[in-house]
Order: sequence, then structure tokens, then C-alpha cells
Amino acid sequence: MILSKFYKNIFLVTLLSLVLTACATQKKAVGPDMQGDVYTGTDTVKYLADGVADRVFFATNESILTTRSRETLRKQAAWLRKNSDVNVVLEGHADERGTREYNLALGERRANAAKDYLMTYGISSNRISVISYGKERPVDSGSNPLSWSKNRRSVTVKAN
Amino acid sequence: MKKILLFIIVFLFSSKSFALITVDITRGNLNPLPVAVSPISSDKNTNNALEKELDIKNLGLEISKVIENNLKTTGLFNPLNKDAFLQKPDIAHVKPRFEDWSLIKAQALITGKVELNDKKLRVEFRLWDVLAGKEMLALAFTTVPKNWRRVGHIITDKVYERLTGEKGYFDTRIIYVAEEGPKTKRIKKLAIMDQDGFNTKYLTLGNELVLTPRFNPTNQMVTYLSYFKNLPRVYLLDIETGIQEVVGDFPGMTFAPRFSPDGKKIIMSFAKDGNSDIYTMDLENRIVEKITNHPAIDTSPSYSPNGKYVTFNSDRSGYQQIYVMKSDGSKVRRISFGKGLYGTPVWSPRGDLIAFTKLHKGKFYIGVMRTDGKGERLLTENYYQEAPSWSPNGRVLIFYRETKSDDKGEGFTAKLWSIDLTGYNERLVNTETDASDPSWSSLLSN
Repeated sequence: MILSKFYKNIFLVTLLSLVLTACATQKKAVGPDMQGDVYTGTDTVKYLADGVADRVFFATNESILTTRSRETLRKQAAWLRKNSDVNVVLEGHADERGTREYNLALGERRANAAKDYLMTYGISSNRISVISYGKERPVDSGSNPLSWSKNRRSVTVKAN
Repeated sequence: MKKILLFIIVFLFSSKSFALITVDITRGNLNPLPVAVSPISSDKNTNNALEKELDIKNLGLEISKVIENNLKTTGLFNPLNKDAFLQKPDIAHVKPRFEDWSLIKAQALITGKVELNDKKLRVEFRLWDVLAGKEMLALAFTTVPKNWRRVGHIITDKVYERLTGEKGYFDTRIIYVAEEGPKTKRIKKLAIMDQDGFNTKYLTLGNELVLTPRFNPTNQMVTYLSYFKNLPRVYLLDIETGIQEVVGDFPGMTFAPRFSPDGKKIIMSFAKDGNSDIYTMDLENRIVEKITNHPAIDTSPSYSPNGKYVTFNSDRSGYQQIYVMKSDGSKVRRISFGKGLYGTPVWSPRGDLIAFTKLHKGKFYIGVMRTDGKGERLLTENYYQEAPSWSPNGRVLIFYRETKSDDKGEGFTAKLWSIDLTGYNERLVNTETDASDPSWSSLLSN
């Protein structure tokens, strides 16, 4: 009985250390410019106007807008309301770790998530067009989680 | 290509009951059949005339090299070194001295003769069973001289069929996307080549992004995705004439096209408002039908060879999985339940299997499963690979594989690879440039 408890404890300790090492490695891989696996840095970001970032980033296989993405898109919407002659193209992208055809659909879904959000902030749908490039146009050619996080994006580009 | 005339003139003898040599292609073959491909013989006059016409010194030898290379890449045959051959090609073709050929351990022997008649190339060949001392097959073909490589492929098809009991896949072509330049500014062109990597032709100039070309199984039409004028749409291309047209009139991106087995319809995805569904368009009456209707992504559709079912990729369960439905869109059923994500399902031309790409724990696999999803078998694992396409006899898969970039984002390559259904005989397929999205044609001749 005591022996089995002893082994149980050893087991728990081993398990705990395994979990801790796993956490440590994961943190290392994620790096400072990522939250979860969503890119939060500014490395590739361009600006539509002062303080108005042109892109939002997504988690792997996701098209949900993060709090930060919604903030960026609200700024874009405000800028677009002020510049009512500007039309935009939303370019949806995926990272290289997925099959080509699914990624085309995923890119389209991401760009539309951004489009829907701009529309709820008063931007007319006929000012916004959408194109998906799937994984065909990465901004970062690296093969690591940070590079991939920069490539999972929807970029708002002036169309005129 | 339409100008090719292939007459089967002699069909002397091909009784299967006499066959002593047979090659089992259902298992990985660790003892490939030793076969001697004697140079196709020709006389001096023929050689001189052919050299004038084609600038090739010994065409018979070159044709035999085509055959040898084809046989070797199957992994089922071991073509023997010609240096060891004792008998002269012209004599061997008339009456092989079987003792000489069995001395160098050949079990099968291929001999032939090439002639130029009236500007037409006439090639005859014989397949011999060395141990039984018998002729197994004898055929002759006539064509224009510049099609000499095809003659080599057709001979290989006949030999393969005679020895394995199944149709070959050598007189076929591969259409693919040729890639150049850095990853962030990749230039992509449609390219077509013979199955063995020769006669590469580029069908687009690289001005616009092109993806996922697929052959019509019944003719030389191709469907693919082009970003012409920055509008991603499915196109139809006639590779004989170069004429192309947009498929349908969709207010958004169409992608992931494939032909129906009768070649009369294109099945594809149409994406709108963040949702991709599967549609078909009849190429004769232009009628468009919506096949799936689901808020999830539905893409990568592929018909069963009898046209009654469609397998496709959907994330309606939350993640990419493989589904099968009736071709009218009814009776949708998920068939992939293994660990990981599944994509790019393609129905085998034999009907019994579906090939797919699987992503699990950061690795990509090419595999096959039965059409009910049972019997999953992973054939190859790598850093990145996807998009299998079946050889017309359903025995080999061609796909593309990408390498990891280094820390500087360099060292990226994309290449075509093939692997047997057995999981053996994995091979790099030679292409002039980097390559992806291969699609295998049907047999050009039968």
C-alpha cells in the first residue's frame, strides 16, 4: 500500500516534469511576437495611414478575428469612413502547412471574416472586394512557426 | 498528336496459357525480373536516313533505352547491362540463342527491328520467354519518325501488360505546374511532359498564377485554376489548339476542378462570402448545379470511376476530413476517422480505393483507404507532400513534395515523386524546373 503510494508519487512527479518541459519547449518555439500561434508583431505590417495597420493575423486553421484584429479593423473602418472614395481589396492568405485547395478556401474565409467586420462598422460591401491567394503568396519564406504566423493573414489593400 | 497513326500490323501470337513468366504487381517486388532489352536493330540505309531526319545516330538503340528506363522505373524489372549481350540485335530478333541469354540470367528478352518506309517509321518487336525458349508477343507499329519515343512507350505498355496481366501506363503524359523563383514571388506555369520526363512543353508564360491542372480522362482537354486578370477562376484548356475559356459565370472564386469520368462535366468548388460549396457544370449544355450546401468548406471533389459517387474534403466536423456522397449531393458520409487532418481525396481508376493527403503531428503522408474509409494505409511520410494523382492503371501515385526552408528562408524546393500502391519504389520524377500539382493522363493509345 505504502509502496504503491510511493510509486504513484514518483509517477506524478515524472508527469509534472514532463508537462513542465513540454511547456518550456512550446514557449521557446512561440517566441515573443506570438500569442498562442497568432502573430502579434509588426515585422511585415504596412500602414494604410498613420496608425492604421493594413493586416490582421489568424491562428492555424482558424478564421476567427482576435481582439487585436478587431481593433485593427475598427481603425481601418474609421479611416475608410473618412476616405469614402477609397475602395479596398481584402487578400486572404494561409500558411504553407496545408493542402493547396483547402488553403484557397481558408484564405477566402479569412478575408471574408475581415470584410464582415468592416461592414458592421459601416463600410459598404460594394467598396470591398475579396481575393484568396491560399498559400501562394507568403510574406515570409521561412519554415518555422513564426514565419507561418506572419503568413496567416488578411491584408487590406487600396484598390484605387 | 492527332496525326499519329499507329497500326498494329502483326499480331502473331500471344496466348496467355503458354506464359511461364509472370510478374506479381500486387506486392512490393524485391526480386525484379531480369530482362534483356536488345537494341532494336536496323540496317545502314535506315540509320543514315533516320540520322538525316532526326539527328539521332542509332535510333533503334535509343528506342531500346526508352523501354529499358520505363521497365526499370516500375521496380518490377531489372534490365540487364547491354555490354553482357552475346548475340547481335538483328540475329537475336529473328532467332534468339536462348542459351546465350539464360547465361546472363535474362528471363525475358525484348528484340526488335526498325525500318523507314515511305517516310514512315516502322518498328516491330518481340518478347521472348528465355527459359521456355518461346515467343510471347510480337507486334509492329507504324508512325511518323518524330514520335519514336512514343513507340518505346507503347512497346513497354505491351510488354508490361503481357507480363503482369494489367494495362501499362507508359504511353501517357503528366501535366503539372512548373515553378521558379523565390517562395514569396513564385512564378508558376502550366507544363506538360511525357511520363518519363521528356518532351516538356510550357503551356502558359508565367504572367499569371496557375494551379491544379487536371486531365480530362477521355481526351486532351485540361481544366485548371488561373488568376488571369487577378480573378481566380476555373478554366478549360484544349492542349491541341491552345484555346481556353472560363468555366461558368460565377461571381467569385472557382477552384479545385476535376472532370467527371465521362469527361462531360467539371466538378469544382465555388467560394462566396467565406463559404465554399461544390458545383458541377455540364460542358455541353452549360447547366450549373449546386451539389453541396453547407456553411463549412467543401472542396477537392473527385468522382468515382462509374460517376455515381463523389469523394470530397470538408471541415464540417470542425477540421478537414474526407467525405463520400452520391453524385447528386445526397447521402453525405464522413469516411476518414484516423488521427490528424485529411485532404485531397482522389478516387482510384480501379474504383476500390481513395488516395489522400494526411497531416498528423507536423508530418504529411500520402495514403490510401477503401471507399468506406476502412483499411487506411500510409505509403510515405515527409515534411510536406500532397496532391496524389493515380496512374491510369491505378498502380502508381504521383504527387509533389516540398522541402523545408532554412533559417534564412532559403533552400526551398518542390519536386514530383511517384510511389507504388504497395508503398515500395518511391522515385523522384525528373522535371526541368521545380514542380507541383501533377495530374496523370489516360493512356494515349490502347
